[in-house]
Parts: sequence; C-alpha cells; structure tokens
Amino acid sequence: MSRAALLCAAGLAAALVYPLLVPNYLVNIGMLVFFTAFIGQSWNIAGGFAGQTSFGHVVFFGTGAYTSTILQVTYGWNPWLAWPAATAMGGFVGWMIAVLSFRAGLRGSYFALITLAFAEVFRILANSVPFTKGGLGMLIKADQRPINFQFKDPIWIYYLALLLCLVSVVIAWHLTRSRFGARLVAIRENEDAARALGIDVFAEKVKVLTLSGAMCAAGGTFYAQKYLYIDPSIAFGVDKSVEMLLVSMVGGAGTIFGPLIGSFTLMGINEATRWLASVVPALKNVQPLSLIVYGIMLILIVARLPNGLMGLFRRGPARA
Amino acid sequence: MLEVRDISKAFGGLKAVDHASLDVKQGEIVGLIGPNGAGKTTLFATIAGFHRPDAGTVAFDGKAITGLAPHRICAAGMVRTFQITQPFAGISVRENIMVGAYFRTADRHLAAREAETVAAMVGMDDQLDRRGADLTVAGRKRLELARALATGPRLLLLDEVMAGLNPTEIVEIVGVIKDIRAAGVTILLIEHVMQAVTSLAERVYVLNQGRMIAEGTPAAIAENPQVVEAYLGPGAAKVLRA
Repeated sequence: MSRAALLCAAGLAAALVYPLLVPNYLVNIGMLVFFTAFIGQSWNIAGGFAGQTSFGHVVFFGTGAYTSTILQVTYGWNPWLAWPAATAMGGFVGWMIAVLSFRAGLRGSYFALITLAFAEVFRILANSVPFTKGGLGMLIKADQRPINFQFKDPIWIYYLALLLCLVSVVIAWHLTRSRFGARLVAIRENEDAARALGIDVFAEKVKVLTLSGAMCAAGGTFYAQKYLYIDPSIAFGVDKSVEMLLVSMVGGAGTIFGPLIGSFTLMGINEATRWLASVVPALKNVQPLSLIVYGIMLILIVARLPNGLMGLFRRGPARA
Repeated sequence: MLEVRDISKAFGGLKAVDHASLDVKQGEIVGLIGPNGAGKTTLFATIAGFHRPDAGTVAFDGKAITGLAPHRICAAGMVRTFQITQPFAGISVRENIMVGAYFRTADRHLAAREAETVAAMVGMDDQLDRRGADLTVAGRKRLELARALATGPRLLLLDEVMAGLNPTEIVEIVGVIKDIRAAGVTILLIEHVMQAVTSLAERVYVLNQGRMIAEGTPAAIAENPQVVEAYLGPGAAKVLRA
C-alpha cells in the first residue's frame, strides 16, 4: 500500500473513532467540517477541476434545501425520498444555468458573475413566491426518528456527513483518473486547445455543472434536515457561496483533498478566534474576528500559494 | 482529401480571406505560405471549424464540413495546431498528450501508453513528466504536434511549427514531420521557414492579402514574379532579374 493510501486509511479510522471519544459539541463541529468539505467539493469539481469559477453556488444548495423541504412539508413526502428528488432538481438547475450561460459564450469572470446573479434571483424568488412561504421561511416538524432523516444522537448526522464527504472525495479521485476529468482539466487550462483536440467543450461544461449542482443540492437537503428550518437568506445567501469557494481555494482548488483540508483549516480558525475573543477583552468587540483572519489568509494564499495548502505537500509537475 | 472552395472571411471591414481555394490529396505534404497578415492562420482556423466562413465550402473526404464545430471536424479526422502554442500549462507533458489520446479511447492506461508512443515519435519521451509551462519554445512546438497527433488524425494542419526554432531544431522537426507523413498522415502546413517548405512540401500555395495568388512546386513558386513581389514589393521581380 502506498503512503498516501495508508494516510487516507488512518485519517478515515480517526474520523470514525473521533465522535465516540469527544463531547457532543465537538461531534457537531466535526459534522460541520465534513459537511462543508462536501459542499466545497461540489464547488471544487466545477470551479477547481474544470475552472468554471462560480460565485453563486448557493443557488444549488438552496434549490436542494427548498425542494426537499417543500416536498416534505407541503406534499408529505418522506425526506429520504425527497432527498434524491432534491438532488435531481439541483442537477437540473445546474444544467439549465450551464446551458444558458455557455450558449451565450460566457467565460471566466462573466460566468462567475452570472452565477451570482442567478443565486440572487433565486433568493428574491424564494422571498416572494407563495410555495416557499416567502420570508417567513419553512419549518420542518421535529420528529427525531431515523425514518424522518432526523437523529436524536448527533453521532448519526456526523457519520452521514462523513459519508457524504467520502463520496465527494471518491468522485474527485475518480475525476483525476478518468477521461472526463482529464477533459475538464484541459478545458480549465486552455479552452481553445481543448476544442482543437476534439473535446466538445460545451457538452463537458454542462455535464460538470449538472454534477456539481446535484451534489450541492444534496448538501442543501442535508442542511435543512439538520437544522429543520430554512429561509431565503439561509438557503440562497451569498455567504454559503463564499464558504464553498473559500474552503476549496484555501485547501487547494482542483485537488482531491483541497476542500477537506480547507474546511478543517477554516473551522480551526473559526474556533480559535472565537476562543480568543472570549479570553482577550480587547478583541471582544471585533466581531466576527474569524472573517478578518479568513480575509488575510485568502490574500496570502492567492499571492503565495496558488495551489492552496495542498500545494505545500504536492510533488511532481503540478507544483507552481 | 481536403477541398477548400472560395472561402471568404471578414472581420469587420477587413477581408482576412477572400475567395481562397486549395486542395490537399491523400499522402501529400502541402505548404501554405504568404507574407505576414496574408490570412493564412484565419484560413486554417476557418477550415478547422474555429471560424464560420462568410462564404465558400470545405469538404473533407468528399463530405461537407463547412462551419462544423472543431470537435466534429476532429472526429472526421482533421486536427490543427496553434501558431501561438497553447500548452495545458499546469499539467505534465504526458497529461497534455493524453488529452489528445483520450479522443480515441476512454481507457486511462491505453491513453497513457499512446501518449508515450506519440512522445517518442516527436522526440519528447524524456520530457514526459515536465510541466507544460516549463517547456522551451521548441518543446512547446513539439507538444502541439504530439497532442494533435495523439487524436489519430488523417490530416494534420500545422501552423508554423518551426517559427522561433534554431537551425538544429528545425532540422530535427523536419525529420519528425517526414516520419509523421511516412506513418500515413497527410499534412497541410503554414510555414515561413522556406528551407523547411522546400525540403518538405510537394506543392505550395501562396496567399497574399487574403487571395490565393499562386500554386505549384516550391521551385516554381520561388521563380514566380507575383510571389516575389508579394514578399518584396511591386517591381522587385524585375530588379532581381536584372
């Protein structure tokens, strides 16, 4: 077994044992780490591997959260059944946005801006149409039984987040070894050259956005089931988009473990600054301190480590 | 094999290509020359599907391919390279060539093996693990060639693969191109290096200000007064003869 495989196995074992050893508060933090890594990976597959940077990935997250919640609350679906439906809906929205933007020939920052616009349009729609209950948001009735996708013991939601994260890592790993993934990287590196080499750039970009949208929507349902409440600014707020982008960039966009490492790092900073603010009186009013640290970190990483923290470990030709 | 008829392409008011026609027969190496700005690259891009022509037709193996998307033209068996090299900078030479090889197979191992074979053919087998961005000009030119070749084309459109190379490198790449032809690939090349055109091409087309002004063997073309004047200015042919 290679060293990398050994490291992965050890990490997985640690992740499995971890919640058995720590208080619920820390189980919850672990859950958030894996959950954020999962939605970050959904961003990373489109933004990191294929280079289709999105500023509005939350549009898929919110679509997933609202789809499953509406199906559940309004139509009485079981959330486990609503989950795949929400995932499919996220894929559909990804497909639609991709077809519309790429048909119009939008690339790079123009594409990023149009995704931001889509997310805002969805947020405003969710605020105004009747079936989302507008700004009031939607409440899922608490009934903590596994059949309802609600768990009494936080350990189960932790394991579910871990599973999602694992699936997303496997998808990313597969991308690094498949033709589809190689084509995405080619498109990221040079779209014209990719076209010349027989790649149907449009079709591949639509495919990856559909996949990314579906994954992110699955995360949206997960989130709604965990907190049992969503409203337009939670489901379609720009901060979730930033979070997904940030964990990928910090960890290393276009790498398998980038979002996971980024998610760990940001959660660490988040907790450390919260603790710091509670013990250093002078920092009490600097709220939230973590955002300032994020900002500094992002600047440093963009300037010094374009491959993110993964760039510190990576050997071989990809090093900048 | 390739029949280009009366292609015109204008950008705004500028007629880049003006009713240009050319033919390439199976197994040939055909040169396309002309002064800077003559429209050679535009003509190439139009043939390969990167521009839609304003008028005219392109047929490949008797089938009309005018205005098809590049990936469809690639599927038909015709691939272009870029004058300004476009390596996938962040990935290795092997991965660069594999992108081309994936055109014929979805299998990673087959694609990797094909990449190695093609790399050996263009003399890059010792650079497989270097990053695209770290290559020299000569390396980039070879990479353009290798990637295009890996898609398994029957007709290669080479856009100035020798520009910027030193004489030794030119001799090497001329050898590579001869090998490629010997392997059964027909070649249409844009070139400024006349020594290379003379030693490679059986026939040469001359494009000037968007129009095809001459066609013939390299020797005949070099004597053609219209061609001489296109390069050196009106009256030059008379001066040279005197």
